[in-house]
Amino acid sequence: MAEAKQVERPLSPHLQIYRPQMTSFSSIMTRITGNGIIVGVLLLVWWLLAAATSPDYFNFVNAIATSWFGDLVFTLSLLGVWYHYLAGIRHLIFDAGKYMDIKSAEMLGWICTIGSVVLTVLTLIIIQF
Amino acid sequence: MRYLTDRKRAVGKGASGTGPEHHWWMSASAVALAFMIPTWLYIVGTTLGADQQTVITTFSQPFPAILTALVVIVGMRHFAKGTEIWIEDYIHGTAAKATKIAMHSLAYVIMATALYALGKMVFIGLLLGN
Repeated sequence: MAEAKQVERPLSPHLQIYRPQMTSFSSIMTRITGNGIIVGVLLLVWWLLAAATSPDYFNFVNAIATSWFGDLVFTLSLLGVWYHYLAGIRHLIFDAGKYMDIKSAEMLGWICTIGSVVLTVLTLIIIQF
Repeated sequence: MRYLTDRKRAVGKGASGTGPEHHWWMSASAVALAFMIPTWLYIVGTTLGADQQTVITTFSQPFPAILTALVVIVGMRHFAKGTEIWIEDYIHGTAAKATKIAMHSLAYVIMATALYALGKMVFIGLLLGN
């Protein structure tokens, strides 16, 4: 019969003593951005609900959504959306079996990081007009 | 001696019990979102900060209303299924199940709220004769 005995495997180095690398950073950021943008979604959907409710309620929520706090939440969410967007495309590329070597994976990580900042600034500029 | 070969151990639907189903679903919804997000960001970004009348007029139009509904439905399913991955990493057992249910519920509440708001704005838009 098959043995279900556990094999002695080496433990993975602990996160706190592990040298930060582009590959681990870009992977962790994909998770943080994907989950974090729910804050922006909550504020946006609350704002939509207020617009459909009453003038008083809209003024109340709109004041929060357009305050420095709202600007901060939406700008960070925008950055998160663009990072997650690029990181998602990177995953589709990986799934196709391409750019899997460390050098290429690190390059794609830099593209996601710098690209998300560029796209966020571009979006902010475009929506002003 | 092992009677179960390495190949045999790998055959089947693996530790998840559902095979690559979750991964494939996330990939497919990611592609759908990738097509919709840029245009949607533009619509939302240009409407944020406008007065209530303008917000209602914008979201009662067919294209912004349908696109927003699609982004919210596909996006919230993508979010809910996506949270399962970190939950499986950091939380286990009953707590993991409870957190997954909570995340799926949150996503559905957001979805229903957004659809209610959109529906009502479309209706107000009709009354205003947009």
